[in-house]
Amino acid sequence: MSAASIAFLAWVRGPGFHIALGLFCLGLVWRLIEIYALGRDRPLAPLRRRSGASGWWTILRRSRPSAEHESMVSYLAGYTFHIGLIVTFFFFTPHIELLRRAVGLSWPSLPTALVDGLAVVTLLALGVMLASRLLDPVKRFLSVAEDYVAWGLTLAPVLTGYLCFHHLLLPYTTMLALHLASVEVLMVLMPFTKLIHFVTLFPSRWMNGEHFGRTGVAA
Amino acid sequence: MSASLERGLDRFRESLDADTAGFFATCVRCGMCAEACLFYTETEEPRYTPIHKLQPLKRLWWREYTLVGRIAAALGLSKPVTGGELADWSELVYDSCTLCGRCSLVCPVGNDITYMIRRMRDGMAAAGYAPPGLVGATRRAIELGSPMGVQLATLQAQIRHQEEATGLPIPMDREGADYLVLLSSMEIVNTPEMLGALARIFDRAGVSWTLASDAFEATNSGIQIGVAELAREIVMRTVTAAERLGVKGVVSPECGHAYMALRWEGPDLIGRPYRFEVLHILELLDRLRGEGRLKVDSTFNLPITFHDPCQVVRRGGVTEAPRNLLKMVATDVREMEEHGVYNWCCGGGGGVSAIGRAEELRLKAFGKKRGQIEATGAKTVATACANCRVVMEEAIDHYQIGVELVGLTELIADHLETEESHHG
Repeated sequence: MSAASIAFLAWVRGPGFHIALGLFCLGLVWRLIEIYALGRDRPLAPLRRRSGASGWWTILRRSRPSAEHESMVSYLAGYTFHIGLIVTFFFFTPHIELLRRAVGLSWPSLPTALVDGLAVVTLLALGVMLASRLLDPVKRFLSVAEDYVAWGLTLAPVLTGYLCFHHLLLPYTTMLALHLASVEVLMVLMPFTKLIHFVTLFPSRWMNGEHFGRTGVAA
Repeated sequence: MSASLERGLDRFRESLDADTAGFFATCVRCGMCAEACLFYTETEEPRYTPIHKLQPLKRLWWREYTLVGRIAAALGLSKPVTGGELADWSELVYDSCTLCGRCSLVCPVGNDITYMIRRMRDGMAAAGYAPPGLVGATRRAIELGSPMGVQLATLQAQIRHQEEATGLPIPMDREGADYLVLLSSMEIVNTPEMLGALARIFDRAGVSWTLASDAFEATNSGIQIGVAELAREIVMRTVTAAERLGVKGVVSPECGHAYMALRWEGPDLIGRPYRFEVLHILELLDRLRGEGRLKVDSTFNLPITFHDPCQVVRRGGVTEAPRNLLKMVATDVREMEEHGVYNWCCGGGGGVSAIGRAEELRLKAFGKKRGQIEATGAKTVATACANCRVVMEEAIDHYQIGVELVGLTELIADHLETEESHHG
């Protein structure tokens, strides 16, 4: 174990994490103001249905796959990696333990073997998402550099976490430091990339449902 | 930069709201909207992917309204929106989008893409990149009162023919009538029988109605091209006539955008609520049916299917009325696989039918509807939009597929309970 990797680990655990958390919070607040301070108009036409309530339903309804069977790859791999990310992040024993020690909050974890297996499935699903972005004519046409950056930012914490847990490729300390660093880079960049959809997805669905809801259509 | 481009970009800036900025920020470029768009499914050209049609508007937002975008612009890392780019996008924003709203319904992150295309058209029109066909239609709507150049004398001639054919009066400018009924040019020119159908139904159901000599045209080209001032002027004609005649309601005809413009957007355009109610003709007919005032004494017994006009159903919310009415008058109703709010467009909405250069693409896009109609096995298609009807009739002639189109209102009028059958 080198002194350098121990120093790196200490930095990403301490100052590095605090800087990342601070930038994440500032970035998120900045972005939300930047987007939503533009405001919206209220329609004057008499509504057919309470459109605000319609918006809340749309938040739920858009989680269901639509009728477009052609998009099945995106749906299956998309669901899989999103669920995988949530479960491995929130229900892996060491993650919960870390949070308990930091803020005193904790909840039951899932069996480590299950989370471990899910991490592999998540990595595979992310691989499918990349392949589909490269091979599907529409996705390839729409894609910009940011899409590949966002893919890498999402993959890195899962991959380094998996390698770290299995003591693969690099010494444990180094890999753990890389794992934490990858999470911190993700935190800093998340608000400024399309990954901000983890928050803006909800108001977007609500607004869509609210637009449709004015006419009485359940979107 | 030319003055018109600057004007267009200013309209882009004015059109940005929290909804649009949120939608742009949320897009993950998953491409699922492509599968919801008939211009993509029928051509498989990725540039017809709905979200791509908004690219210039999105870049303007990113460069001017986001921190990262502003830094990138200052460093020369992103190019400003140019006139040449808008010229290239004219086909994407007008010819290959009927504003049908299907993409808005399937986007997994909830982006209302159609809402944004409407806003983008505002800037495109101001910058001078609206297609000549639509510019002409809008000019005729403002100067002559109708996008097809139909004037009062033409309507009066059709009224005389229909009065003779039905033996019923078709009232004009009658103060104190309950309903002011609007028409679309397409009806006046192509299917004037609609006037006779209305006269027969309203006579039988005891509805007091009138046309207005200064506001008979319902179509709103201002909405389609994206010029709010003109859209307002066209709505205001109807509002002025309705308030002068003191009607309780204004009835929008079998036309898609007319209903959307008048019912849902008109009050915002004129800046105040109406003093009357706005109904689509099918809503009024379904109301009469519910009250027992609209009855039929015979039925249409061949297989029949219904084409949902996008602006009436998906964007307008009139979903049940057409089905209630069709079930009343037809015995073998065959729904298309995707119907109601999930319908597929005819390919000619949103002003596309007025764009001459878009004809080839429009006929290609009709492939979706053609497949849907053929799968039902029905040889008769009812609809409730004169524009859908003409667009489909042209495509059906082109492909020679032997299908008849009928307006739902006319179909009901043809099977209406008569005085004799009622008493007999």
